[in-house]
Amino acid sequence: MSNIISVQQLNKTYDSGFRALKDVNLEIRRGEIFALLGPNGAGKTTLISVICGIVNPTSGTVLADGHDIVRDFRAARSTIGLVPQELSTDAFETVWATVTFSRGLFGKPKNPDYVEKVLRDLSLWDKRNDKIIALSGGMKRRVMIAKALAHEPRILFLDEPTAGVDVELRRDMWEMVRGLRENGVTIILTTHYIEEAEEMADRVGVINRGEIILVENKHTLMEKLGRKELRLQLSEPLAAVPDSLAPLSLTLSGDGHELVYSFDARHEHGDIAGLLRRLGELGIEFRDLRTRESSLEEIFVDLVHNGKPGGPDTTQPAAGDSQ
Amino acid sequence: MNLHAIRAIYLFEMARTWRTLMQSIASPVISTSLYFVVFGSAIGSRMVEIDGISYGAFIIPGLIMLMLLNESISNASFGIYMPKFSGTIYEVLSAPVSYVEVVLGYVGAAASKSIILGLLILATSRLFVDFGIEHPFAMLFFLVLTAVTFSLFGFIIGIWADGFEKLQIIPMMIVTPLTFLGGTFYSVNMLPPFWQTVTLFNPVVYLISGFRWSFYGVADVNVAVSLGMTVLFMLLCLVTIWWIFKTGYRLKN
Repeated sequence: MSNIISVQQLNKTYDSGFRALKDVNLEIRRGEIFALLGPNGAGKTTLISVICGIVNPTSGTVLADGHDIVRDFRAARSTIGLVPQELSTDAFETVWATVTFSRGLFGKPKNPDYVEKVLRDLSLWDKRNDKIIALSGGMKRRVMIAKALAHEPRILFLDEPTAGVDVELRRDMWEMVRGLRENGVTIILTTHYIEEAEEMADRVGVINRGEIILVENKHTLMEKLGRKELRLQLSEPLAAVPDSLAPLSLTLSGDGHELVYSFDARHEHGDIAGLLRRLGELGIEFRDLRTRESSLEEIFVDLVHNGKPGGPDTTQPAAGDSQ
Repeated sequence: MNLHAIRAIYLFEMARTWRTLMQSIASPVISTSLYFVVFGSAIGSRMVEIDGISYGAFIIPGLIMLMLLNESISNASFGIYMPKFSGTIYEVLSAPVSYVEVVLGYVGAAASKSIILGLLILATSRLFVDFGIEHPFAMLFFLVLTAVTFSLFGFIIGIWADGFEKLQIIPMMIVTPLTFLGGTFYSVNMLPPFWQTVTLFNPVVYLISGFRWSFYGVADVNVAVSLGMTVLFMLLCLVTIWWIFKTGYRLKN
């Protein structure tokens, strides 16, 4: 699959001296949903803003669909749609007027049929003559998306698209994003909601303090870095973990009723069979058992707070990457 | 050239004008009419002619210019400041448009509105005072040139301003006093020689003088000098705007 966005050695230092991006290299593949994760101030919005032309880079190059964003800015920007984090709208304009304006601004001739389709897809058609100031926050967010889609972009940036929207609308938006991807639009989203990335993304990138610290296929990432747990509800409480089980990574709950076996997901099933066999030999019975694996959120927190993981090249897909 | 973008910005800005018709057009026309009532009819009827022109007729070019300067600056500065204030500027900055196209859209709309307003005030003044226009094409040329030049100036103010106070300070503290002291209500020749010299450092004198010449064929300073000064100011504004977009000053950082 070819790359639709290529970021090479990108740096951004603001006038204040703050270095927001440090030698960022990143490839986004055509047709994928890419989630860019990072804590506040990590550089997510700066990276998007540079790619979209809102912020001047200090050094480095960015190609959007093969076009340099500086030298060939018209062609590059024509391919990109942006839904910014803030709900920035022309409060006193109607939905129809503001979406039509966006289409014209990006150099597209009038096409009422297309604008109608976008508004209908986003459930905004009934609101087309309403002033934006009269819309709810969720509806305003839809208007922002409609504006970004008005010029039929091939790349869509969604900067915290579901911040502050209710669960139902979030689900609707996820569906809409999947629909766009099916129509060939490449989606890059930043989010604080890890479940959002987990739900939608094909690949995940993590940025922290202006550096891309990891780019990985979502499932591969979870397999490589995730932890799995086997929790056993014991029939009788234990005072301590038996010595013969010491080689395994076991912990006992405070009341002695739950034995927890943690293992690295990359080692498949750990040694669950061995553990169960030894428990049987020791006469330790259990009433129930359940397993769980680390969420992307836990992986993310681990990455950001405990430093870079060892392993794959941070800008290239890992071997075995399914994309 | 992204003509669709220029058109979109222009129509979007003009739509704002029609949406706020009272504030945009009716209000300046009414306040200018009050000037005519007070200075043209009430006080003017007791004043002698200036350069063979009745006082009521004499002040018409100056009053039109007063409104034209203020409205051009106000329209253009608000036009670009509001997207900055509301955050919608992101869309213009991320669009495939050059700075020339952005300026054509915003400044074109601001100047159009000012020109419409100037013509409306001209028509309104005819209700109060009897006057003729000796050089109508020159009058239109000065009207358009001034509207465009001061819309460019307003555009710069709109980018420079980081608050509503700054947006108002130059029109209120500099442009309006310069206009009042630039010969709106009197001929520069009526001043003592020292103040005549001082007045020549006021750029608005050249605008009003040239505009008045197009009406009555009389001017405080040579028409060519008036034209030259206006064009010079326009070039200064264009160079400043070029620098703003080249560096991204107050837009991209």
